[in-house]
Amino acid sequence: MVGRRGLFLTSAMAFGFAFLYLPILLLILYSFNASRLVTVWGGFSVKWYGELFRDDQILSAAWVSFEIAAMTATLACVLGTIAGLVMSRFGRFRGRTLFSGMISAPLVMPEVITGLSLLLLFVALEQAIGWPSGRGVTTITIAHVTFAMAYVAVVIQSRLAGLDESLEEAALDLGARPFKVFMTVTLPIISPALVAGWLLSFTLSLDDLVIASFVAGPASSTLPMVVFSKVRLGLEPTINALATLLVLLATLTILVSAWLMQRQERNQRRQAARALAAEAEEAATTD
Amino acid sequence: MSELEAVGHETAGRGSGWLARKARGAGRGLVIAIPYAWLFLFFLTPFLIVFKISFAEYALAQPPYTALFEFAEETYLKVTLALSNYQFLFDDPIYVLAYLNSLKIAAISTLIALLLGYPMALGIARARQPWRNVLLFLVVLPFWTSFLIRVYAWIGILKNNGLINNALMALGVIDQPLALLNTDIAVYIGIVYSYLPFMVLPLYANLEKHDTALLEAAADLGRKPFSAFLTVTLPLSLPGMVAGSLLVFIPAVGEFVIPDLLGGADTLMIGKVLWYEFFNNRDWPVASAVAIAMLILLVVPIMLFQHHQSRQEEN
Repeated sequence: MVGRRGLFLTSAMAFGFAFLYLPILLLILYSFNASRLVTVWGGFSVKWYGELFRDDQILSAAWVSFEIAAMTATLACVLGTIAGLVMSRFGRFRGRTLFSGMISAPLVMPEVITGLSLLLLFVALEQAIGWPSGRGVTTITIAHVTFAMAYVAVVIQSRLAGLDESLEEAALDLGARPFKVFMTVTLPIISPALVAGWLLSFTLSLDDLVIASFVAGPASSTLPMVVFSKVRLGLEPTINALATLLVLLATLTILVSAWLMQRQERNQRRQAARALAAEAEEAATTD
Repeated sequence: MSELEAVGHETAGRGSGWLARKARGAGRGLVIAIPYAWLFLFFLTPFLIVFKISFAEYALAQPPYTALFEFAEETYLKVTLALSNYQFLFDDPIYVLAYLNSLKIAAISTLIALLLGYPMALGIARARQPWRNVLLFLVVLPFWTSFLIRVYAWIGILKNNGLINNALMALGVIDQPLALLNTDIAVYIGIVYSYLPFMVLPLYANLEKHDTALLEAAADLGRKPFSAFLTVTLPLSLPGMVAGSLLVFIPAVGEFVIPDLLGGADTLMIGKVLWYEFFNNRDWPVASAVAIAMLILLVVPIMLFQHHQSRQEEN
């Protein structure tokens, strides 16, 4: 396998990963640059981090964004799990085609269209019934939940599709009610997918500029909106500092959750092995 | 069919659904109704409103469009449908150009991403075990960090006194900075950079499943590695290529952030046109007409294609 082709694949990978990571590494490197000129090195300094934490506009926008992202992720997980369950465990029902269309459409919808259409809905609703009065955190959260739940539904649905239904069937045959079966059998098995869905929704919400710009009111700016307005005016060293912190946060979150999921899987496997061993022992003694 | 057979049949079919049989009546309907109602209200209804407003006219009012339905003299309903917005889309060449240009930019970016992502995916699929997971993790990680900031990173690299130009001038390759930022090239780089993981992952998922025995058989039959790749690996990986290309192409067509930050004033893309129509010209009816046109010319074909594909996979 090693040889000319191995060399080609290795160098292609090296180029690809350099392409993916060099810009991020440069961003991090220049966040420690003393010079205000973002592309000229002027010595090591952490002053931009200090400036970042004194920037009230960024701090309050970050708080708004994290708040919206946490609410979005939680709501999208609830709605998306139900939607994924409906798609994979409910068989046929009237309106299923429309339902599956509405679940998959947000994934291919250009953000500008989603943003515009939701804004027009909120304006029309306000005119008609007086809710939502003004736009802000609530309208952004509703908009984010709508597209994030589609992603969660896909994650949950693919997990459920790869899952043997016999466990759930067995619990039903033993007389458990469907809701109890879901809570005690289905939910624990799909919990890694649920964690992945929550993190995915959180990231999508935290990252969204376009939809939030349409449905945000004048008083509520999210972090991407503030970053965008600063970046449009030119390079800004505090944005480099912010970028470094966000990259660090994302890396830590992903590493920790991957580690937790691996540990949980190992525990489950160990428990299953122990249960099997106990059963075998019992069978041996009764014989 | 006996009861037992029915149960056996339903468990055999994947996703047949135990809830379909056990949970009937009000409870089941309620569970379906929750996500159904949400999507109906916040996903489907908005499009009907966009459709309606695309027939309104711009007005200096709050909100800035005319009403379609009015009760004239309080007796009969007067309906005014303005088709002028749609006519405007065809009269002003900027919209047709922006639409075609979006398709072109998205297609070229997708091709570059495919050429760059394919060998990466193949390399990861052929890597040995602890390495494979590490490489996969490295592909996925950028996706979890802010998209906006990853695009921002390229401004510092591409601009006139940016890193590429500084490096090339220091090496004496060029005397004058190359114009990289605010060009179509910068947009291609931005799109490929942002969506490369979406290309690599489905390709990897496909390539990883290939049976290496096929390649060995081809080698035994005297095929050179490259020829074996062309006749065995490449055709088998076609579904992965289609899936990855769609995942890059779809968001790229409607992209706003990348052409706005990295592209020039003359980089026309339909998502950017809609944004400017709405935020700068404040013309909600024309923006709505652009959205409806995008929906019909872009989203509907993509959804039909995906529907067709999943049908084919089922067969």
